[in-house]
Amino acid sequence: MRVLLRSARPYGEEPVDVALENGVIAAMAAPGTLPAGDLDVDATGLVLLPGLVDLHTHLREPGREDAETIETGTRAAALGGFTAVHAMANTQPVADTAGVVEMVWRRGVEAGHCDVHPVGAVTVGLAGEHLAELGAMADSAARVRVFSDDGICVSDPVIMRRALEYVKAFDGVIAQHAQEPRLTQGAQMNEGALSGVLGLAGWPAVAEEAIIARDVLLAAHVGSRVHICHLSTAGSVDIVRYAKSRGIDVTAEVTPHHLILTEDLAGTYDPVYKVNPPLRTETDVMAVREGLADGTIDAVATDHAPHAHEDKDCEWAAGAFGMLGLETALSVVVDTMVSHGRLDWRGVADRMSERPARIGRLADQGRPIAVGEPASLVLVDPGASWTVDPGRLASRSRNTPFAGRALPARVVATFLRGRPTVLDGVIA
Amino acid sequence: MRHLLSTSDLTRDEALLILDTAAELGRVTDRAVKKLPTLRGRTVVNLFFEDSTRTRISFEAAAKRLSADVITFSAKGSSVSKGESLKDTALTLEAMGADAVVVRHHASGAPYRLAHSGWVGCSVVNAGDGTHEHPTQALLDAFTLREHLRELEGRRVVIVGDVLHSRVARSNVALLSTLGAQVTLVAPPTLLPVGVDTWPCAVSYDLDAALEGADAVMMLRVQNERMNAAYFPSTHEYSRRYGLDTRRAALLADGAIVLHPGPMNRGMEISADVADGPRSVIVEQVTNGVSVRMAVLYLVLGARAEDSAGEASAAEAVSA
Amino acid sequence: MTSSSAAEPTGPPGSRGLGARVLDAPDISRVVGRISHEILERTRGSADVVLLGIQTRGVPLARRIAARMAEIEGASVPVGSLDITMYRDDIRLRGPRPLEPTELPDEGLDDRIVVLVDDVLYSGRTVRAALDAISDIGRPRTVQLAVLVDRGHRELPIRADYVGKNIPTSSAQSIRVHLVETDGLDEVLLTGGAS
Ligand SMILES: [Zn+2]
Repeated sequence: MRVLLRSARPYGEEPVDVALENGVIAAMAAPGTLPAGDLDVDATGLVLLPGLVDLHTHLREPGREDAETIETGTRAAALGGFTAVHAMANTQPVADTAGVVEMVWRRGVEAGHCDVHPVGAVTVGLAGEHLAELGAMADSAARVRVFSDDGICVSDPVIMRRALEYVKAFDGVIAQHAQEPRLTQGAQMNEGALSGVLGLAGWPAVAEEAIIARDVLLAAHVGSRVHICHLSTAGSVDIVRYAKSRGIDVTAEVTPHHLILTEDLAGTYDPVYKVNPPLRTETDVMAVREGLADGTIDAVATDHAPHAHEDKDCEWAAGAFGMLGLETALSVVVDTMVSHGRLDWRGVADRMSERPARIGRLADQGRPIAVGEPASLVLVDPGASWTVDPGRLASRSRNTPFAGRALPARVVATFLRGRPTVLDGVIA
Repeated sequence: MRHLLSTSDLTRDEALLILDTAAELGRVTDRAVKKLPTLRGRTVVNLFFEDSTRTRISFEAAAKRLSADVITFSAKGSSVSKGESLKDTALTLEAMGADAVVVRHHASGAPYRLAHSGWVGCSVVNAGDGTHEHPTQALLDAFTLREHLRELEGRRVVIVGDVLHSRVARSNVALLSTLGAQVTLVAPPTLLPVGVDTWPCAVSYDLDAALEGADAVMMLRVQNERMNAAYFPSTHEYSRRYGLDTRRAALLADGAIVLHPGPMNRGMEISADVADGPRSVIVEQVTNGVSVRMAVLYLVLGARAEDSAGEASAAEAVSA
Repeated sequence: MTSSSAAEPTGPPGSRGLGARVLDAPDISRVVGRISHEILERTRGSADVVLLGIQTRGVPLARRIAARMAEIEGASVPVGSLDITMYRDDIRLRGPRPLEPTELPDEGLDDRIVVLVDDVLYSGRTVRAALDAISDIGRPRTVQLAVLVDRGHRELPIRADYVGKNIPTSSAQSIRVHLVETDGLDEVLLTGGAS
């Protein structure tokens, strides 16, 4: 099938016609100069970006198919402009063996909405005690390169050290969920004046920052690379910036919600705003935006965390941690970064596609928009505005913190190696 | 006032209305017939996810004195203890036609959630939620303080102990400062929340200095589980630095009173001779609790139809 | 929370402003005098009488009647106040109101001739509530009722023993009683409806 994108603006720049054929970009030329395809898409005014890559997605399958499945989660991903997602390991059973990661990978291929790259657990059962068979997962059909106990911090410094060392053999990376467990026992929200007033156990910034500081030093010491998941505080940005200035091989991600929401929302006691790490202060929000703009933070990663209705329709303490993110991520980045001039569209391509693909060692994602490159692309209407309706999301769950909120920019079409997965804003 | 969730929601006038109403209702206790027909036909449900015999009994007595039908769900021996969710329990209560739910819950914000989630349409009264608030306790404390000190404006009240985990302290700081009192919190730094410097009160680590000339002191209970969690080295040291004994009670102003929300750890935060001494108003607090809770139930339930009552009220105004 | 009180002069929308003055200050004074005489007559000299004013405007009226009775007979008649808020059958409709004090004379109510005093008699529900309240606080020998104005439209089998003035009204109208003690002047207004 040959697809012709008429007058698309790569990275928001000058319009060109782009022809997709045999999974790659077959031709790029001035508007009106390329022959029609089997499918013609009028992309006038639309921004063309490399397909987005998410480093941090909870697809919940196997185990919690009532909250999300690989099918529903990857539909949501495609609608959000993603062509690849990294499926976190905290499923039931845990993705800590070659068997589980291969199963997840195959289900992703079958669903076909985007590439699914399983993340392998660092330790058996996420228990933090024994290394999982990292090499077996790396050598499996799923070719796992990112390992994480996400949801739980690899808090034991010796286990962390060994993991960082061990993955060097296959160019893997440990993605750390930085949360010192003793400092966050029972923690419910960011620790500060508000937590004191609301009577919710506080989650101090230092619990995140102390682990990041330790792990960048460990990575430097053993000569490995480390990736920091969902960094959320101003102090964390400072530490990563410092580590990078020292030449330490650290990368970091921030979630869309930490770019826009603040702890005040805990005052509603509505668990839809309960997330790990917690929503922080205005100062932290400005610092992570700054860090993302200057490249200290490498990537936006959704931490898409679907939860069944009953796990959120309850009192705050009983509510599960996590928020939906795949279908709103790009809009939030446009709202917080592009609209304010902090990032241009090349910057968006870099933070949401190119760098996450490099961190995950995905060879055919996050590639330049150029002839001969893989045709995994997304078309975005930058001028559109839409209102988030939880009932109309493709995710099986409804726990978006943006319900009723108007957001800018909308994904019009997504292509995975030349094949449309989304057209006119709906699953193709 | 459709709900009572937090004392920080109360204006000075609202707080005074509750206290004045409680004072009038307290006089019913002196009559031969201790019952008022006000809430006849209304149903008050006490929903206690946490065991608290004294608060539960106090609310039951208050509702019964106003002739309400009272249904009590408590943690022991009901579906509540079998892990039924707050929401499911709430829906059951709604189906039973509850007009007000008095809720005690281990999760901070559970009453707020109940009132704002759309699960139920009835009034919600917070009878203590997690480490958040316990507004009727603060109201009865303020009531007791007023009985003894009359005006609270400018009075110095010292609150001592585990402020970090205390819903009584939170509710009292908000309420007493609204009523014009000067509140000082005294605790070891480990038992003060981050951000306490933004509260409308003073903070001190020196109990002797804070007690000097104070008009009242409120001793908070130190829970057993704090004693082994490194908040302080030993109960002995806690008691020596932050306990109220006869020597310290003597530092208070003349006519000053000693309060404790109970249950007390005698010999820990308060010595037995102070607890039972002439300044202690701990028994009165219990009595006043019923009057205050009567006032709250009356005001909250009466407010339910207030919005739709405009015309009826106007017509009735001339029927007297 | 509401601050409206039972006898507050609030008519239905559109009826605000001056209505027809049906009693002025001298009228009210004459009426209070007549009621005082009648009570003395009916109770044969006021021994054992307790005047119990219903909050709010019944209380100053009761005090005025007591003062007149004292002038006429030289006897001092005990006066009390009764707040019937907690005995109303309509808090559902009206919303709660601040409570006024209920103060009983030292003599109490037991075996007394209690004369309830109120400003306006209308549906009778206030009086019904007052009778309930009285039965919870004592056991009078007799209970009688004195009102400044009876405007009709009873919903309960209740009648006044002493009536200052009968004023036929339609239910669309309102009667507003103003007293010096509570409102700064003495007058009774009829407002609203077609009169
Ligand atoms: Zn995580």
